[in-house]
Amino acid sequence: MSFALIFEQLLNGVQLGVMLFLLAAGLTLVLGIMNMVNLAHGSLYMIGAYFAISVGQWSGSYLLGVAAALVGTLLVGMLVEVVALRTLYQRDHLDQVLATFGLILFFNELIAILFGRFALFASLPSYLQGHIELFSGIRYPLYRAVMIGVGLLTAVLLWYVVTRTRLGMLIRAGASNRTMVSALGVNIRLLYTMVFGFGAALAGLAGLMAGQIYTVQPGMGELILIQVFVVIVIGGIGSVRGALVGALIVGIVDTMGRAFLKPILETVISAAAANTAGPALSSMLIYLLMALVLALRPAGLFPARGG
Amino acid sequence: MIKPFPTLVAGALAAMLAFAPPATAQQKLKIGFITTLSGPQGIIGKHMRDSVELALDHLGRKVGGLPTEVIYGDDQFKPDVGVQVAQQMLQRDNVDIMAGIIWSNVMLATVPVVTGAGKIMVGTNAGASPLAGAQCNELYFSTSWNNDQSPEAMGKYLQDTGIKELYVLAPNYQAGKDMVSGLKRYYKGNIVEELYTKMGQLDYQAEITALRAKNPKAVFIFYPGGMGIQFIRQYVQAGLRDQIPLYSVFTVDETTIPALKESAVGQFEARFWSADIKVPASQKYVADFRKKYGYTPSFYGAQSYDGIMLIDSAVKAVKGNVKDTKAMVAALRKADYDSIRGRYKFNNNHHPIQDFYLLRAVKDGGAPEGVAMHIEKKVFEDHKDAYYKDCKMKW
Repeated sequence: MSFALIFEQLLNGVQLGVMLFLLAAGLTLVLGIMNMVNLAHGSLYMIGAYFAISVGQWSGSYLLGVAAALVGTLLVGMLVEVVALRTLYQRDHLDQVLATFGLILFFNELIAILFGRFALFASLPSYLQGHIELFSGIRYPLYRAVMIGVGLLTAVLLWYVVTRTRLGMLIRAGASNRTMVSALGVNIRLLYTMVFGFGAALAGLAGLMAGQIYTVQPGMGELILIQVFVVIVIGGIGSVRGALVGALIVGIVDTMGRAFLKPILETVISAAAANTAGPALSSMLIYLLMALVLALRPAGLFPARGG
Repeated sequence: MIKPFPTLVAGALAAMLAFAPPATAQQKLKIGFITTLSGPQGIIGKHMRDSVELALDHLGRKVGGLPTEVIYGDDQFKPDVGVQVAQQMLQRDNVDIMAGIIWSNVMLATVPVVTGAGKIMVGTNAGASPLAGAQCNELYFSTSWNNDQSPEAMGKYLQDTGIKELYVLAPNYQAGKDMVSGLKRYYKGNIVEELYTKMGQLDYQAEITALRAKNPKAVFIFYPGGMGIQFIRQYVQAGLRDQIPLYSVFTVDETTIPALKESAVGQFEARFWSADIKVPASQKYVADFRKKYGYTPSFYGAQSYDGIMLIDSAVKAVKGNVKDTKAMVAALRKADYDSIRGRYKFNNNHHPIQDFYLLRAVKDGGAPEGVAMHIEKKVFEDHKDAYYKDCKMKW
């Protein structure tokens, strides 16, 4: 186990974390601010991937696909909010779970009807292929490095918007006391629609990046959603900062567990036992972590203030 | 004293006529076909359903000369749903024969329900070892293989080629372990690492980094469906395609090639069939399939097409008298039809004795996908699965 190997695995963990963060950020905002459980967040991630790939292939321009995915998921998100979710804010969480689960089925079938059940082909533009040399012979895939960069940049932007702008102030105020904010003349409905739309666009961003490395097919959103909920529970519901920290922790713990748990176990127990225990334990690791966080800090690592 | 005799004979005759199945048999045939039509795995079900429909086209919509209705059921990739669908087909739809099923766990749950009702099940994919061994059944037939036969073929090829060391990856569930034990039955070289990953895992970058650090001579994987697309995409993006050869089973096929295209080129697979196999029945199937649906069929489809053709041969042999289960079983055992793999014989456990090949993904302008699997060489001739000796059935 050389230092270079550990460092590279750490990068892999950060990259997975960044991916989870983009999904968790939108979900935690909707959950924390609008008090809305949105299981269909994974569907928006899927739609982002489909927009990016189909528009990218149709136009021959990767960047056009990226733009289409961001704008497309923003619009789809706002549409879904206006048509379906708006009536659910006052209902209890079980109703929201049922309704958004219905949305999952709807979107999966819609995608299957429009694009078929084949997994979509995706290819990277040549300028995103290849590797970057870090040091002492570590070659890291350029695309993964770009994903880390985009994710961290998004985190900074999001932090700025939520804490340093008027829009962010309104969002936070709306979360604390909805009635008071609307009494002061703020159109809270429009505000909610916008928040939901931006959350959707973040999911779309995650989807368009994931489309190049994961399988793009109907139902792809549900595969990643459970990990995203783990991130939110660890980070604290409604907190963007918590989502970032939670996502990085989950990404790094999951990656490190998969990479090093088995070799470490092998030094303690027999190879055959490590072969069985290693994968079982490493796939449980993030859930054990979640249980630990819930036991010590039930509101998560960074509970949202107010609300 | 002779007098009562004619009445007795007459009475017996009347009873026979009343209770025996009518000699000219029924007017219509109902086949219940279970597969997975929803969710990410629905693509396999689509290949199978399209192939069954093509088989019906080829037979003029008459299986064994009887007008045929095929009822499709969706097991949703769940054993309990598979059982429920089978019960519905048996009781409500009153099907004459059942076929299909992709997954071993669904098959193991469903077969007892079908055979318990006295109906025949023709499996067209799942190859659960118990059904080839101790739990074999007179009423259960397979047009596919046993799960670990394909990895056995890959293991034999790697052994014969003299690959000294191998890095092995598979998902952490029963089939993953079965595949690796099939591989090890014939591969005796050094396995430097045997790694099981979480079922449905999305990101393999950590595993790929660890793999590259060990720098093995070759890699063997079993990653069906979306897992395989992810692993291979990430393997190619890591720049390993040209550095370490990748061997697999049930990973690169016509259901995943549309998503992989060039990144699949160079992949080695082992299988009993390929779309380019030089068998007339298969060439007709592949050509008409591409014409009708615009894509290349996979082995999932080929086995399903084959299942309908097998049923057709048996229904013809019993002259439409499908209710005579004994005669049907005897007819099915003959496998008297032109299979997509060429003529074959059933082993005592109702599993085909057949050849296995090494396949390679190559660029192919003739295929709608631009990339196709081509047969490189025959690995096994008349290969039997490893479990038939546990099957008590003799015929």
